[in-house]
Amino acid sequence: MTAETIIQSLASGLLMGLLYGLIAVGLALIFGLMDVVNFAHGEFLMIAMYATFFLFVFFAIDPLLAAPLVAAALFVFGAVVYLLIVRFAVRAKANAGMVQIFSTFGLAIVMRGLAQYFFTPDYRSVTHSWLGGKTVSVAGIFLPVPQLVGALVAIAAFGALYLFINRTDFGRALEATREDAGAVALVGIDKNKVFALGWGLGAALVGLSGAVMAIFFYIYPDVGASFALIAYVTVALGGFGSVFGAFAGGIIVGLVEATTALLLPPSLKAVGIYAVYLLVVFIRPRGLFGSM
Amino acid sequence: MLSVHEVTTAYQGLVAISAVSIEVAKGEIVCVAGANGAGKSTLLKSIAGAERPRSGTVSFDGMRIDGMAQHVITSRGIAYVPENRRLFPRLSVRDNLRLGSYLYRGEVNREEPLDLVFKLFPRLQERLEQRAETLSGGEQQMLAIGRALMTRPRLLMLDEPSQGIMPKLVDEIFQAVKRIRDAGMTVLIVEQRMSECLEIADRAYILQTGRVLMQGSAAEISVNPDVRKAYLGL
Repeated sequence: MTAETIIQSLASGLLMGLLYGLIAVGLALIFGLMDVVNFAHGEFLMIAMYATFFLFVFFAIDPLLAAPLVAAALFVFGAVVYLLIVRFAVRAKANAGMVQIFSTFGLAIVMRGLAQYFFTPDYRSVTHSWLGGKTVSVAGIFLPVPQLVGALVAIAAFGALYLFINRTDFGRALEATREDAGAVALVGIDKNKVFALGWGLGAALVGLSGAVMAIFFYIYPDVGASFALIAYVTVALGGFGSVFGAFAGGIIVGLVEATTALLLPPSLKAVGIYAVYLLVVFIRPRGLFGSM
Repeated sequence: MLSVHEVTTAYQGLVAISAVSIEVAKGEIVCVAGANGAGKSTLLKSIAGAERPRSGTVSFDGMRIDGMAQHVITSRGIAYVPENRRLFPRLSVRDNLRLGSYLYRGEVNREEPLDLVFKLFPRLQERLEQRAETLSGGEQQMLAIGRALMTRPRLLMLDEPSQGIMPKLVDEIFQAVKRIRDAGMTVLIVEQRMSECLEIADRAYILQTGRVLMQGSAAEISVNPDVRKAYLGL
């Protein structure tokens, strides 16, 4: 193993890690806001990828241009899922935790089934997109352009999210609702609106990552599952509910995954991530950047 | 201005207040006193929309508000400072106050009541960047009242503002209540410390086990022999 191979795989690990962070941040946002884990998060990613695919096939819109459209569509979808399902699930009088889990877990299964029915289980891919298959070489390291652009999109999205949360009234309302959802009515804020916005925002962020992922990843009904697992690990690693913990957690997961791939056969790729996850939850259960 | 008519509120079948009626006129300070468990907090919650009365009506400026969502009642001009204050603990004093003016976002003079807040509680101005959770009990109460004033209420409702506060600051807070009234607002206070409350109030109600036991001007109530014996320890 040469130094070059190591740098090469760490560099691509870093790029994937930033994308993992972007996939996970929506999950962290929603969890932080209302302590609900969206078990359909991977399926949100899946429909975002299909949406990108169909925009490309039917309207010849390149995934790069489709990204904002897909994010907007997912925003609406996320808000609707909150208003029609989660809003009622969190009011459950008995077994509230179970009701929350199975209402989103059930949604995941339904979405997968619908995708299989309408889109068939075939593997699809976006071919001949602007960025697909291109690489650049930086100081002798080859970087795939789609992942590079994806990483830049992730950094930009995190920057925008930071400004949104810290500089806008709605961002402050989001933070206040995280702190004490029962108290925001005291200043005239409707917490249901904030929750709906939180779900919309979380879904829009996963929509953005889905559009980027569609450039270089196969699209099929179960595609969300493996990424959702990574997203849950990322969120736990970064600290449950911490938006910027998800960013850091994503980078760590990406680097660990790349390192594992260097040392172990490809089929054992998940071992490294899982080991790091267990290490963190045993030593620091609230995650690296979480607070309790 | 505020008219509570025969309101009954229950939690899980247990009646906390029963057919309570109170009136608050514009510009008054009204004190609702009573022992622990008399139903004082439930009364304020029922007005604020934090609890839904089982029966009876609450009207504000001639309009029924019982059954409205709590945030809507806030936007109609009733600010409620609950017993445990419910600040946003990890947000700064500045952010807590700014959230108070959330209803006026987009307006140029959204933070207009801030002058009054800083005049009443100069310490808040010194602690603007501190997290709310790092303030002392008294300062937290000041911030809670300050945040409520930022919603530009016509009626301010305070639940036990003296609770968990050093005696010196209790006086400061009661004096602030008088100045809030002088600034044109109406105040409804619920208190266990009856003597301080009667000192600044125009009128008072005494609640006992969920019912109105007595009502009258603050002067009348404070000289009533039964009250003096049972509540003022005289």
